Amino acid sequence: MRGRPENLSPEVEARPVVLEIEGLTHYFDSLRAVSNFSVTIKEGELVGLIGPNGAGKTTVFNLITGVYRPTAGSIRYDGAQLVGLPSHEIIQMGIARTFQNIRLFANLTVLDNVLIAYHPHSGYGLADSIFRSRRFREREKVMIERSQEFLEIFGLADRQNDIAGSLPYGLQRRLEIARALATQPRLLLLDEPAAGMNPQEIDQLMELIQFIRERFQLTIFLVEHRMRLVMNICEWITVMDFGEIIARGKPEEVRGDPKVIEAYLGRQAIR
Amino acid sequence: MLQRLRGPNLSFILGSLAFFVVVQILISTGLLNPYWQNILFWGAAMTMVSLGLNLIYGFNGQFSLGQFGFYAIGAYASADITYRWVRNDPSALVVVIFGSILALIFMLGISAFLRRFYGVATLTKFLFNLLAAVLGFFLAVRFINPAIGQPLYQALNGLPQGISQQIVFFLALVGGATLAGIVSYLFGIPVLELGSDYLGIATLGFTIIVKVLLDNTDTLLPFPEMKGARGMVGIPKWTTWPWVFVCFMAVVLVMRNLLHSSTGRAILSVREDERAAELVGINTASTKILAFVVGSVFAGLAGGIRAHDMAFLHPTMFGFLPSFNPLIIIVFGGLGSMTGTIITGFFWIFLLEGLLRLYLPEGFETWRFVVYPLVLLGMMLLRPQGLMGRYEIAFLRRPLPSLRVVKETPPTPAVAPKAEEVAV
Ligand SMILES: Nc1ncnc2c1ncn2[C@@H]1O[C@H](COP(=O)(O)OP(=O)(O)OP(=O)(O)O)[C@@H](O)[C@H]1O
Ligand SMILES: [Mg+2]
Repeated sequence: MRGRPENLSPEVEARPVVLEIEGLTHYFDSLRAVSNFSVTIKEGELVGLIGPNGAGKTTVFNLITGVYRPTAGSIRYDGAQLVGLPSHEIIQMGIARTFQNIRLFANLTVLDNVLIAYHPHSGYGLADSIFRSRRFREREKVMIERSQEFLEIFGLADRQNDIAGSLPYGLQRRLEIARALATQPRLLLLDEPAAGMNPQEIDQLMELIQFIRERFQLTIFLVEHRMRLVMNICEWITVMDFGEIIARGKPEEVRGDPKVIEAYLGRQAIR
Repeated sequence: MLQRLRGPNLSFILGSLAFFVVVQILISTGLLNPYWQNILFWGAAMTMVSLGLNLIYGFNGQFSLGQFGFYAIGAYASADITYRWVRNDPSALVVVIFGSILALIFMLGISAFLRRFYGVATLTKFLFNLLAAVLGFFLAVRFINPAIGQPLYQALNGLPQGISQQIVFFLALVGGATLAGIVSYLFGIPVLELGSDYLGIATLGFTIIVKVLLDNTDTLLPFPEMKGARGMVGIPKWTTWPWVFVCFMAVVLVMRNLLHSSTGRAILSVREDERAAELVGINTASTKILAFVVGSVFAGLAGGIRAHDMAFLHPTMFGFLPSFNPLIIIVFGGLGSMTGTIITGFFWIFLLEGLLRLYLPEGFETWRFVVYPLVLLGMMLLRPQGLMGRYEIAFLRRPLPSLRVVKETPPTPAVAPKAEEVAV
């Protein structure tokens, strides 16, 4: 199959495909940010996407989530074509993401941030809100309780009424993951979740990722520079440079690949 | 039921009822003379317009200068309904009410139909909706009015005069507000897709278009009774304190309940970070349209109140310069504060149209527009968050849910495992 390493276990290969990207190409004016990118991810996998700065990793995530419409190529989720759909519909289909530069609703409370992600599942309408119907009160109570459960999982329960922008950096990263999970995804896209963290925080983050993966039965596609994280938790890795895939394989294989070393040494060493 | 009325809710309701009664007594006993009564009603209308704009700009983050256009539409439409009614002509009432209903039904149908296709261009969406609205009003003019106009008139006039007048006034207010809502929906479809700067320019253009059309109601448009730039006279003076109070409270309550709901949080999220909102599954386009339409409906309703208080309408009331009033009010009161808007809205009219008009010399009117921008500039420099910032009185504040009581400690990975155990 295209878009996957050859030597994965048959048990994994037998699982259904969650995300299938083929021939994805995207130009910003004349700059080719992504070029003929293909990847196929199966249910329950944790796949890494690495590459030097400007390689096009974030652009791939933006294309999957409908922020840009690709110049060419196809993106299928659960068999359904995503190209051309508006972002909110893609998210509602079960894909969630976080951002490289944290994008919380900074002036709203921590709880609000999670509640907003619940909005498509709120289950009541405009008339219910305006007339404060019974359904409004019941559904609102359920939403708040569910969101609070999420905050508990992420160790943010006691901060629920704090303003999100006032949280320390590490907690903001956590809140962003909590908010993404509140959209009830099957596929989670994490864009450099470990950026700006120290090794100890990275270890905690790895633990968190493993935990939510089990608990919510997620398939995870993860962009990361920090090799400590990528090498430890990813089952296999795709390496990009200048928008193109230059290597693909298990962490230990990729690490020794001369093309990968060259791409990184060209601009920065593998940390 | 009673439990829900405790605390801030109860004191707010009692407080506003007391205010209502006191003002009503003052009016009945003649202590509040017509001059100040007019100022009070005007202040209420201006506050309603400004609350609408605060919903659009302060809470939803969409910079609009179109608010006075919708205010004008509400004023002229409702005035036309009652103007014709008291001259034994029910046509405006029938056309606005039934035309709006048909237009809404058609637009809903068209939107549901278009939703089945992916990637429908904005312009297509706009044209289809425009067509639906035009068809609705065309049918009302062509078929519904001839069929039920006279019977409806007879039936309503069969009621005691006071009652039929109140019903017609109610329908006129609703009709004006609905029409403003429909126009804002049509206008919002293409325009809200633009970024904030372009939105400002486009909505300013809208206000100017409305003003020009009002200048030419008797020449370009088929409404000789509006008398174009000479001003519309002979509107029944039906606005009373109970009507002002009920409409004002309706606006405050609807806005509060909307903001304190899941939709309200979605509205706020668009202001905070539109792209992030879209990427947690919020349909930002429809959220923006919703806030825009609700804000415009408030303006349209205020227009009806104002028209039937003045009993006179002139296009200059809705011109370029006055259209900045709501913006100044919400910036002063605080973007994103209903409390601030309510305080500044009344105070602005009280001060500028009430006090200063009485005590300052004639030429003041001209100077106002030198003073406004300077005051605004000073405000921006000294207190950019507005008088109230985002403060709200208890009744209008979004409730903070209490912390959940945890029965057992859930597994929190942050504390549970140590690093060594993890390393593969
Ligand atoms: N909106 C945009 N308009 C124009 N060019 C863009 C845009 N977004 C990204 N680019 C360019 O596309 C290329 C790929 O960018 P991208 O952000 O996807 O890289 P990345 O792999 O995520 O890098 P980093 O590790 O720095 O996050 C870069 O050259 C970048 O400058
Ligand atoms: Mg990036």
